[in-house]
Amino acid sequence: MNRPHRNHPAWWAFAVHRLSGLALALFLPLHFWALGQAIGGEAALDGFLRWTENPLAKFAETGLVVLLAAHLAGGLRVLAIEFLPWSPRQKAAVAVSAGFALAAGLLFLFNVGVA
Amino acid sequence: MSATIEARIWRGGAAGKFETFSVPRRESQTVLDVVTFIQRKLDPTLSYRFACRVGMCGSCAMTVNGRPRWTCRTHVARLGDGPLTVEPLANLPRIKDLAVDMAPFFDKWAKAGGKFVPSAAEGADFARVEPESEARRQADAGIECIGCAVCYSACDLVSWNPDYLGPAALNRAWTLVNDVRDGGQEARLSAVAGDAGCHACHSQQSCREHCPKSLNPTASIAGLKRASLRAAWKGGA
Repeated sequence: MNRPHRNHPAWWAFAVHRLSGLALALFLPLHFWALGQAIGGEAALDGFLRWTENPLAKFAETGLVVLLAAHLAGGLRVLAIEFLPWSPRQKAAVAVSAGFALAAGLLFLFNVGVA
Repeated sequence: MSATIEARIWRGGAAGKFETFSVPRRESQTVLDVVTFIQRKLDPTLSYRFACRVGMCGSCAMTVNGRPRWTCRTHVARLGDGPLTVEPLANLPRIKDLAVDMAPFFDKWAKAGGKFVPSAAEGADFARVEPESEARRQADAGIECIGCAVCYSACDLVSWNPDYLGPAALNRAWTLVNDVRDGGQEARLSAVAGDAGCHACHSQQSCREHCPKSLNPTASIAGLKRASLRAAWKGGA
C-alpha cells in the first residue's frame, strides 16, 4: 500500500517517470547485446531479429514503446514545470503525458497488426 | 455516522504505540477538538501543541489518517466514518505523543537565507514597491506561509535526504529573492543552490497538494532553480 500523502496525480507521474527510467536503464544492456550480434556476422543478427517477430517479443516491445513514450512525456512535463511560468493545469499535464504514452503504445501495436 | 469516534492516538516518542480512545461525535467537530477532548476528559498526560485554533499560528499540524493536516481546520465529519488515526508530523523528531521538535524545520529557514537583509541605510525613506510588479506578485504568492510544517512532513525528498532544506524554507527564500529591498541575494542563491537545496526537488508536488493555505512551494522552488541557473550562467551563485 502506498502512503496516503502520495496519492495524487503529480506523485504518480513522478513514480511512473522514475520507474520507466529504471526499466529502460535495465533494458539497455539487452539492447546493446542485440546490436552486438552484428559483430558475429549478418546471419547472427538476422537470426535474432527473426526471433523477435514472435508475438511475445512484439508484446514486450509494445511495453518498451510505452515506457519510452512515458519517460519522454514525463521528462518534458518536468522541464515545463522547471523552465516555464507555473501552469495551474498540472493534472491536465499528467493526463496528457499518460495519454501520449498509451497512444504511442497503441499506434505501435496497430502498426504491428497491419504489418 | 456513529455517535462516537474511535480515535487511535500515537503515544510515546520515536518508540511508542497507538492507544484507542472513544470520543463523542459532535457537530462541526475538528480533529483538534477530538485531541483536546481526550486530553481534558480522558487522559491529561496526552501531549500535543496548539495555540490559535483558527488556522493562523501553524502549531497544531499532525498526521491525520496518514496525511499531514492542520488539525484545527480539519473537520472530522469530512474524514468519513472510519477510525480516526492521529500521529505526530513525519520527518521531524518526535518528542512525546503528538508533539514534534520543530527546531530542524526552522533551522533550515535560516540555512536557506530566510532572513531579510536590508539594502537601504537605516533611516532611509520607505521603499516604493509597485504592487502589480512581477517580482511583488511572485513574493505575494508565497508570503502567507504560517510555518506549520505540513509541506515539510508531506515531502518525500525530506525523508530521503534529511539535509534537504524542504519546501517551506525554499518558499521563504523565493519570497525574499523577489523582494527588491533585499541586499542578500547572492549569498541566498548560493545557500539554496547546493546539493540539499532547490535542485534536489523532484517536483512531486506533495507540498502544494497538502499546504493548508493553498500555497505552491513547488512553483517557488522552480523559480529558485531558474534564478540559480541564471546566476550560474552569469558567473555567480
